[in-house]
Parts: sequence; C-alpha cells; structure tokens
Amino acid sequence: MESTEPLLVIDDLAVEFRTDEGVVKAVDGASFSVGRGEIVGVVGESGSGKSVTAMSILGLVKSGRRAGGTIRFRGRDLATLPAKELRAIRGAEIAMIFQDPMTALNPVVTVGRQIVEALKLHDKKLSKAAARDRAIELLALVGMPDAAARFKQYPHEFSGGMRQRAMIAMAIANGPSLLIADEPTTALDVTIQAQVLDLLKVAQQETQAATLLITHDLGVVAELADRVVVMYAGRVVEQGDVTTVFTEPRHPYTVGLLESLPRLDRDVDELHPIPGSPPSLLAPPPGCPFHPRCPLARDRCRTERPQPRVVGAGHQSACHFAAELAAVHTEVTR
Amino acid sequence: MAAFVVRRILVNIVVFMLIGIGVFLLVRAAPGDPVRMMISPEDLQEGSEQFIQARRAELGLDDPILVQYARWLLDAISGDLGSSFLNREPVSGLLLERLGPTVLLMSTALGISLLIAVPLGTIAAVRRNTGVDYAAAALSLGVISVPSFFLGITAIYVFSLQLGWLPSSGMSTPDGGGGADVLKHLIMPAAILGLAAAGPLTRYVRGSLIDELSADYVRTAEAKGGSLARVVSRHALRNSLIPLITIVMINIPQMLAGAVVLEQVFAWPGMGQLAVRAVNTQDYPVIVGFALYVAALVLVCNLVADIAYAVVDPRVKVT
Amino acid sequence: MSDLRPSLDAADVTAAQEAVAAGPGTGGPSSSRRSPRAMAARRFRRNKVAVGGAIFLLVLLVVALLAPLIAGQSPYSVDLGAIRQPPSAEHWLGTDASGRDVFARLVYAARVSLMVGVFAALLAVLVGTLVGAVAGLFGGWLDTALMRTADMMLSFPNIVVVIVLAGLLGPSIPILVIAIAASEWPTAARMVRGVTLAVREREYLHAARVAGASRGWLLRKHIVPAAMGQIVVVGTLAVAGAILSEAVLSFLGLGVQPPQASWGNMLNDAQSLTVIQSMPWLWLPPGLAIAATVLSVNFVGDGLRDAVDPRQSGRS
Repeated sequence: MESTEPLLVIDDLAVEFRTDEGVVKAVDGASFSVGRGEIVGVVGESGSGKSVTAMSILGLVKSGRRAGGTIRFRGRDLATLPAKELRAIRGAEIAMIFQDPMTALNPVVTVGRQIVEALKLHDKKLSKAAARDRAIELLALVGMPDAAARFKQYPHEFSGGMRQRAMIAMAIANGPSLLIADEPTTALDVTIQAQVLDLLKVAQQETQAATLLITHDLGVVAELADRVVVMYAGRVVEQGDVTTVFTEPRHPYTVGLLESLPRLDRDVDELHPIPGSPPSLLAPPPGCPFHPRCPLARDRCRTERPQPRVVGAGHQSACHFAAELAAVHTEVTR
Repeated sequence: MAAFVVRRILVNIVVFMLIGIGVFLLVRAAPGDPVRMMISPEDLQEGSEQFIQARRAELGLDDPILVQYARWLLDAISGDLGSSFLNREPVSGLLLERLGPTVLLMSTALGISLLIAVPLGTIAAVRRNTGVDYAAAALSLGVISVPSFFLGITAIYVFSLQLGWLPSSGMSTPDGGGGADVLKHLIMPAAILGLAAAGPLTRYVRGSLIDELSADYVRTAEAKGGSLARVVSRHALRNSLIPLITIVMINIPQMLAGAVVLEQVFAWPGMGQLAVRAVNTQDYPVIVGFALYVAALVLVCNLVADIAYAVVDPRVKVT
Repeated sequence: MSDLRPSLDAADVTAAQEAVAAGPGTGGPSSSRRSPRAMAARRFRRNKVAVGGAIFLLVLLVVALLAPLIAGQSPYSVDLGAIRQPPSAEHWLGTDASGRDVFARLVYAARVSLMVGVFAALLAVLVGTLVGAVAGLFGGWLDTALMRTADMMLSFPNIVVVIVLAGLLGPSIPILVIAIAASEWPTAARMVRGVTLAVREREYLHAARVAGASRGWLLRKHIVPAAMGQIVVVGTLAVAGAILSEAVLSFLGLGVQPPQASWGNMLNDAQSLTVIQSMPWLWLPPGLAIAATVLSVNFVGDGLRDAVDPRQSGRS
C-alpha cells in the first residue's frame, strides 16, 4: 500500500534540548519533503537546525526531544515507530554518512568488519564469506585501490578521504532508498572534497537513492542537488528548485547567503557577508527570526511570524515581503 | 615491536637492581649482626666470639660492601635467597611453597572483580543517573571505604559462626574432600578480595564507557541499525576494555596487598601470611625474599601492561 | 609510550587544563560576579551527602581533641581482674584482653588515626606537588624518569614497603606515615604535572618566563594557585586512603604499637574465633569507626571534586 506522497515528508518538526539555561528550540516547525531518487540540499549556518533535523530522521538525537511534528518515511511516522522497526530501517532503507570520518569509524575494528556488520545486521542469512566478498566489492566500487588489502586495515591506516569513501561504501551497502549525508566534505581537504562529491554522485546514480545533503556550502548544493531547503534559526525560510532559488531568491536570508558567496563573475570586494550573527535559540526574537539582521525588516517582521507561502512553482518562502523582494533582487543583480 | 619489548625488559632489569640495592642497604642498616641473629642466645658461650669472627669471614661479611652486594645479587638471581632464621629452611623454597595458594586466591579474586565490575560498570553507564547507577556508585564507595579485614571478620561471624556454611580459616580441612573442600575455603577470602578490587574498577568501566558512548563511531553503529546491546558490547565496550587491561595489570600488586591482609584474617597459607609472620619474628631473609618477589611482580605487571596495551590497541604503533 | 598508557587518572590533564582555563580569579565570560571559590563553596553546600560527611568529621575532630573529657577513664589502665567484660554502665563498650576500657581506647584511637591520616596525606601532597611541578616545568628525561617512578610507586603496595621497613627497623608511627605517603604521592604528582603543563601552555606565562621569572616564582604564583582546588581534592582523598592504610597495617601489627590505641590495632584481637563469636564489642566498634570515618572523608572528597570541577562530576 505505497502512498502517493513523497518518500520522506518532514512536517512541522520541532526538536528541543533542555539545558541549564533553558529550553533550546533547535528545530522549530520545519517542513519539507524528499521525493524518490531526488537530491535535496539543506543549507544554513551552524546552529540553523539542519544537522539536528537530519539526525532526528533516524532518531539519533541524543539529549534532544521531539516536541512536535512528524517524520513520515513511506507513509510511516519514524518518530513513533517501535525501536525494533526503526532499527530495521536504519542502515537498510535509510543510511547516513557523517561529517567527520576521523571519528565516525570505530578505531579498534577493521574497516572491513564495520562494513560486514552493516551487511549482516540486515541480512542474517548472509554467510561470512559472502559478506566479505560483498564488502570488498563495495570498497572497490567507491574507488578504494587494493580493496582486499584495505578490508583488513584499521581506520587509522586510512587517509581522511579514504575513510569517507569507506563510510560511503558502508552507507550504500544495503542499497538504501534514502541517503542522508551530514556535511560529508566539511572535514576534508579542499582537494579531496571534489573527489568525495564526485563519488557521492556516482553512489547516488548507482543506488538510485534519494539523497538528503546537509551542508553549509552553497557550492556543493549547486553542484549536486535538485532542490534546496534553506534553514535559519530552526525554521525553513525558503525552499525550491536549485536553479530557481539561486537565481530568484525570495527570502532576504537566501539573498544574503548568495551575496556572501565568492563567485568567478564578481570581484572579491563585492562580497557581502551578512551582518550580525544568528539569534540565540534560547530566546529567539519575536516575529521573523531573521529581522534583526534583515536590511528589509519592518514593524510587521518584529511582531508577526511569517509562514511559508508559495511564491512560484514548487518554490516557497517564509518572508512577509517575498513578492517585493523579487523586484528588489532583480534590480540588484541587473 | 621486538625492540620495544627488549628495551622495556632492560629498563625493568635496571630498576630491579636498584630496588635490590635499596633492600640490601636496608638489611645492612638494620640493627644487629646477621651472624649473631642466627645464633640463639642460649648457644652464646665462652669462645663464641671467635666462632662468630670465623663465621663472619666465611660469610664474606668483612668484604667491601660492593662485593657483598654483587655476591648477594648473584645468589638471589640464581634463586638462593638464604635461609630463614627461624627454621633454617631455604627462603626460596618457603616462598615457592606459598606461591600457589596466593596465586589461587588472587586469580580467583581477579576473576570475581572483573565479573562484578564489567557488567555493573556497563549497566551503570548505559542507565546513567538511574537507581542501578546510584547503587553501583554506593557499592564502589562502600568497598573502597570499609577495610577488607573488617569485612572478612564480619563474614566469618555471619557465614562461619552464625550460619555455619563456610569454614573460617585455612585452605583445606585435614584429610578433607579435595577440590570442593578447597573451594569452600576459597569462597570468602576470594569474594572479599574481589569485591574490594571491583570498587575502583567499576568506577573506571563506567567512566570510560560513558566517554565512549558519546563518541561519533557509536552513533555510526546505531545508524547502521545495531541494537543498543550490540552497539555497547561490540563497539563502545571494546574501546573501553583496551585500557582496562592496563588498569587491571597495574592494580594486581595492590591486590597482593589486599591478599596479605586477608590471608592473615582467614589463615590462608600464602606468601602474605608468611611475610607478616616473618616481620613479627624479625626473620630478615624471608622479609627480603618476599620484598624481591613483590618487586619482581610489580615490574612484570608494569611490563605486561605496556606490552599488552601495544599489542591490543591497533592504533599504538611501537618502534 | 609512557604517555600513551592510560591510568586511573587518565582524565587528569584535560581536567587540569579545564581548571586552568577556568582559572583562579580569571572568571570566564559565562561566570557571574561570584568568584570561582565562592561558587565551589556553594556547590559543595548543596551536596547533602558531602555536608553530612563534613559534619561527622567535625564531630570526630572534637571528640579526638577532647578525648580525656569524653573518655572518662584512662585508655591504658590495665585491670586484669576484669578482662573482656561485656558492655556495662561502667564500661560502655566493655573491656579488652587486658581489662582496659574499650570506649576510652576507641576515643583515644581517633586521635592516632586522624593524626596519621592527616600527616601522611600532607606529606604525600607536599612531595607530589613538588615532584609534579618539577616534572612539568623541566620536562624531558627528568619528566619521564619522575613519572615512571610515580607509576611504579603507585603500583607498589604500601603494605610491602611497611613490611620491609617495619621488619628491618621495627614498627613505628613515623615509618608508618612515610610508608603511607610513599604510596599516595604519585596521584598528587600526576595531577600537579597536568596543571603545570596546562599553565605553561598559557601565553602570558610564556611571556613571564621570557622576562626572566624563576621557576620557583612560577610555582608559587601560578602553578600552586591554579592547582589548589584539585590539590585539596587529592589531599582529602589521600586522607581516606591513609586512614585505611593505618588501620590495615596496625591490624597486622606493623603500625601503631600497643599500648597506644589505634582503631586498627584494636581489631588485632579479633583474629581469634572466640573473640569474633562471643565478644563483638571488641571488634565491631573500631571496625565501624574506621568505615564511617573513611566513608565520610570520601564523601567530602567526592563532594569537593564535584564542587571544584563540576564538569567532572559523575564521570568517575
């Protein structure tokens, strides 16, 4: 009974952390979806709630608590799923690639065994030899030279890029239908980043898995993603088709992000980093969370929280003045 | 690796020699003439003075101190630790005879302490800040604070004298029933020794496991679909048990200290009992022999700790 | 290699660095107007168990100081006509094998046990601080040699040290104190070394040393103040260990010698089954006194540790 809705639907998700100073609303009413085979980039500064959103999908947020909303995967709410059923989905249907491959692999278990574990957890009948062959195959697939020898090595014998390749091999081991990559290239050298991105592309084509790509790097999104979700202070401020959002942004924050991006067709002194810093999530400002930094802020922004509204085909913005922004932005770029 | 082991062994031999010099000098600094000590006062008669002089020469006590040390050390290395003042038996024989019971007591206690500490520390870490965790903390603090000999006396009062379940002393009943009989004698001292050692070990396992559980690789293992039990046992525990090997090795000598006390309480015929008796009878050769045994044990444990750590942890590369 | 090896104090250096970062009087950006010391005192007062332990120890200290008033009779007066008498109105806790009043001995023994415990801990902390600071300040082979020695001493059981010293030189309280301190100083040394390294990392000290500051000045003005909180914690826990060691060694007849009373040697009698079975007043009170005292000191020590460094709380 497959429903007709997208593969993953995050609806009004809220995640809270209790700290000594009070409750932190790390995610505050975020909604977006990922369709089958689609690559969706989630961008935002650190603290925007993008990583917490990604972690909540598989219930991996340690000290936090889901305060509301649903995370539906193939129509089932993952947040209310019994632990055993959730484990059957983790690593099989939904797999994750983490930010820092230096720490995300167990230092005292060989890389091969960690991949074998991923395979055997979801296929109890798989023989030891078959699992081993499959793991070596996977290592070769992600471009690991001399995969059979690498199988027996420990993570510390791998370079950062090689470890991230191993992570990717582990993630695609069971042919997931959704891959979540949390800042997969951030911890790597610039030269290695491009290779890993290419590999992610290959892996995505190989498995036809939908991919949720969490990053602060708009360049990565532009290169890989079909759609982009922009998060700010725990909320989705804008989302839509990558080309549309990048050429016709309808939220001042997105505009700010794009203007702070170094581009070949602009001089460096034209870079405009967004002034100010993200708001405290302990005591978020009333109204629009971006208004203290927004050049267009008016009285309404300080009192009324803007809701996401459709501003174009598959294009949403949570700004009271999205329509006016269209005119302004067009003026600026031309 | 081999070079590392050899280097460590050489360092330890040097340290052992230094300890040897220390003990040797202490013996020489001790009041009283070793020869006179060997002769009971009633044997001291006319003409004994000459005999003592002759004996001193014979024993080489008139030689320079370094020569004496070298001779003593060579003897000690070849296993000759002299004879007991008390009954003239060779010290090495006396100690060896009592090595078995002490090793039996300590190894059983070590097993018990690990059987308590690893599961309890693990549960306390996983169920942090719950009843189990508080109970584990209370138990650790309790066994660290209550002296083991008092626990031993209390156990004798309850289990031997009131309930009559277990024998209160010795290692076996005369013409008693073999292995089962020894086991009955072993239970109380080994359990108390093990419990005392389990206190700090439980704290250690809990602390290090809590650190490991917050590590990224644990999250990876969870994301793969591993159950909590699997994530803890196959991943986090593996990482915290590697240092535990070292901790256990380093603490074995401390356990020997506990064994000395409990051997006294339970009249367990081990080396500790022999040593305490030797102090009370001023039986120098036995004291020195015991001290050298312990020094060797400490050094070997430290050596094994270093090597084990290098062997077990794949990250440690030794050159 | 030696630095790779974990020890029970593996977290020392990080904890030390955090403590230094928090610093005495530097007051991080998040701290309010209160000084770190005042905040630590406040955290300690909130810890009921630790406060309970501290109250017990204060009462015990008063008892020890006022022993002659509280005991009522001499702990040394032998009455061979009334040996091993059960508790009575005259002898609250009965009499021992020489007819001496057990209650009086228990009260006087508190003096000895506390004194040995405190002196041994002080000696250990003093030696440990010096060694740790020297190791951290000079570094190099001296550091390696000192820390190796510390590791060795840490694993060398103090009972054996006492067996050798007492066996050859005769048992006495100074030997007892030295032997106990010998096995307690390495913990303090490791901690102070950690603090010293962290202090050295700090830039202004780098500048201070360049300006020609002596190492003694560094030790007095920077290292000791930075380590003070943790020195107090380590010292307190060392008192617990020392009281326990005194009890064990005196129980074995290697420590405090009769007729002077210590809790440990009062239990010496309890090596006979008859005493254990039918004269619990001879062994139960001193045993419980040791347990309650050591437990209280440990409570206070743990409470101080949590108060001095709240991030460490519940971790070890």
